[in-house]
Amino acid sequence: MNTQTDSSFSVVHPIDHLMRADRLPHILCAGCGIGTVIHSYVHAINEFGVDEDRHVCVSGIGCSGRAAGYVNVDSYHTTHGRALPFALGIAVYNPELTVTVISGDGDLMAIGGNHFIHAARRNANLNVICINNFNYGMTGGQVGPTTPVGAKGTTAPQGSVEHPFNLPHLAKAAGASFVARWTVLHVRQFTDAVLRAMNKKGFCFIEVLAPCPTSFGRRNNLGEGLDEVEMYRQRCRIENGAQDLEPLDIDIVDHEQTITVGNFVDIERAAFLA
Amino acid sequence: MAKTAAKIVPPQPVSRVVTGTHFMLGDHACAEGAMAAGLDFFGGYPITPSTEVAEHLATRLPAVGGKYVQMEDELGSIAAIIGASVAGARSFTATSGPGFSLMMENIGLAAMMEIPIVIVDVMRASPSTGLPTMVGQADILQARWGSHGDYGVVAYCPSSPQECFELTIDAFNAADRYRVPVFILMDEVVGHMAERVVIPDADKIPHVSRKRPQTKPGVEPFLPYAPDKDLVPPMAHAGEGYKVHMTGLTHDERGYPHLTADTHNQLINRLIDKVRLNAPDIIDYEERHVDDAETVVIAYGCTARSARAAVDYARSDGLKCGLLRPKTIWPFPATRIERLINKGSVQRFIVPEVNLGQLRREIERITQLPVVGLNHAGGEMPTPKAILEVIKS
Repeated sequence: MNTQTDSSFSVVHPIDHLMRADRLPHILCAGCGIGTVIHSYVHAINEFGVDEDRHVCVSGIGCSGRAAGYVNVDSYHTTHGRALPFALGIAVYNPELTVTVISGDGDLMAIGGNHFIHAARRNANLNVICINNFNYGMTGGQVGPTTPVGAKGTTAPQGSVEHPFNLPHLAKAAGASFVARWTVLHVRQFTDAVLRAMNKKGFCFIEVLAPCPTSFGRRNNLGEGLDEVEMYRQRCRIENGAQDLEPLDIDIVDHEQTITVGNFVDIERAAFLA
Repeated sequence: MAKTAAKIVPPQPVSRVVTGTHFMLGDHACAEGAMAAGLDFFGGYPITPSTEVAEHLATRLPAVGGKYVQMEDELGSIAAIIGASVAGARSFTATSGPGFSLMMENIGLAAMMEIPIVIVDVMRASPSTGLPTMVGQADILQARWGSHGDYGVVAYCPSSPQECFELTIDAFNAADRYRVPVFILMDEVVGHMAERVVIPDADKIPHVSRKRPQTKPGVEPFLPYAPDKDLVPPMAHAGEGYKVHMTGLTHDERGYPHLTADTHNQLINRLIDKVRLNAPDIIDYEERHVDDAETVVIAYGCTARSARAAVDYARSDGLKCGLLRPKTIWPFPATRIERLINKGSVQRFIVPEVNLGQLRREIERITQLPVVGLNHAGGEMPTPKAILEVIKS
C-alpha cells in the first residue's frame, strides 16, 4: 500500500487546530461520552466565527474537568467546584472574551452548586456545558447530585436514596438566559445549542447526557457506551421551547421513562457586567 | 417582558491615587493602596473586620473603570480573583479568619498555577467565629501553611494605616514579580484605627510589572512554565493568543499534566525556591535600638506599637533593649535575626503576640537563646506596660 501523502488530499482535519494533539492519548474510557462533547464543542468554536484566540475554556475537576486540557484555546483546569467563579473573574475582567465552562454534574452541581445558582442569578456572561453522567466517574462511580433514586454507586450499594436535581429546571429557576438539554446522540442539536450560547450574552446552560459505562453503566444495567446511546435514541423526545421544566426529571435507569430534550429557555435579560 | 437590571450610574471618575495628607482608617488605607497599585478587579465577600476595605472599593474601583464583584462566598471570591488575574488583572480580595480559611484550597491553586493574587486578611480573634469585632493575630502560621502541600508565599504585616497603604502596594508588586499569592496580614486594631496617611504623587508609587512572554503568539512555541534564572516564568494572559493550558495538577513546562514523582519534586522545589532565593529582595523590617541590645523584642502589627513604646521606656530607664519589627512575616527575616545573634550582645528575645506563640516558634527554631512570649489568645492587645514588665523581668 502506498503510504505517501497524496498532495491533492488534505491531511489536516478542520478542527485539528483546536485540539491539543500532543496530549493524546486521552485519559477517557472506551464508550465514554465526553469525547463527543469535546468534539461538538470545538466544532462550535470553529463555526463561531470569532477569533478563537478570544475564546477561553475553564473546567473543574473530574473526567469532564479534563476537557479543558484537550482543547487548543486558553484553557484552565481549576479546582473542584470552582470553575464558575474562576470563569466569572475572566469574563467580568475582560468582556471581550467568550468563556465556556465544561464540567461534570458533581463538579458543577454538588461541590459547585452554590456558584451555579449565583452565576445564573447574576446572569454572568458564561456558557456552561454540564456533562451529566449521573455519577462521579473518575473516582470509580460514587453517587452524586444527579444520580436517580435507586441507581447504584459505590457509595450507595443498595441504590441511591436521595432525590436528584433536575438541572434545566434548576437553571431556569435560578435565572439562566438560555437552557437546553441534549445527549451525546444529538451531536448536531448539541453543537447548535453551544453555538447559540456563544452568540448570546448572559448565562447559558446546556446539560448534555453522556454514558459512563465504566463507573455507572455497568452497575445499573445500561450496558456499554453504545447501548446507552441507543437507549437515548429510543427514549428521547425533543420538545424545544418546553415551558414547564418541573416534570422533566430524568430517571436514566428506568428504561420505560421518556427523556425530554431540547432548547427550553431563550430569554433576554441584562447580562452581568458584560 | 423580561425585566432589566437597574442602570447603575457610577460616581464621577476620580483619581486612582488620592495624593495628599489624610486622616484615614487602616482598612481604607489598604483599599487606597490597592487603588494606587493599579487594582483592576476586586472579588470579595463581606466579613468583619475587613468589610470597610470592600465597601471603600465598591465606590472607588468602578469610578476609575475597575471591576468590583461581591461574590456568593469566599470560595467564589478567591476563584474569581485568580480568574481575573489569568486574564491580566491586578486582582484582590479582602477577608478575615473564617473567610481566609475558606480560601485555602485555591490559595494552593494560585501557588501551583503561579497566578499573582493579593489577599488582605484583617485578623480577628479566632478560631471559628471567635470574637468577630475584636483583635487577633492568630492567622500567622495559616498564611504560611494553610493550604495543603509545600509552596511559597509572601506576607506583609502593617503596623499603621500608613503602612496599610504602602505595604499593599508592595504586595501587588511582589505578587506580580514572583507570581505568588501575597497576603497582607492586618489585624483588627490596625484595620480599624484612623491615623494620618500621606499618599504621594502618582508617579512616586512604585510599580513592578509582570514578566511577559518575549515570543509572539502563534509564531514560536511558548512554554508557560519555563522559568528564567530567577525561577519565575513569564506569564501569558487569556485572550492573547498563546493558547496556554494551566492546571492545578503537577505539570511540565508546557503546562500539561505530568503526573510523575520527579516532575512533582522539581516543580514544588521551584515554587519554594523562587521565594526562598529571592527572599533578600522581599524581606522588609524596621529596627530600633538593636545595635547594643541585650533584649530584643520582636513584634508585628498592632503589637509592635505597644512594643515600640515599651522599648523606649526601657531605654529611658537605661536598659539595653531594642525592637525588631518584621514588615514581611513570610519570608521570615531569619537571616537578620541570626546576624543579630552572631554579634554577641543579644541575651534573649521577647515576642508579644495576640496568639499563643505562633511567630515565637519561628524564632525558637533558629536560636538557643531564651525566647520569652507574652501572649493573649485574642480580644485585646498587650499594653506597653505589660511588655515593659517582661523586659524588666
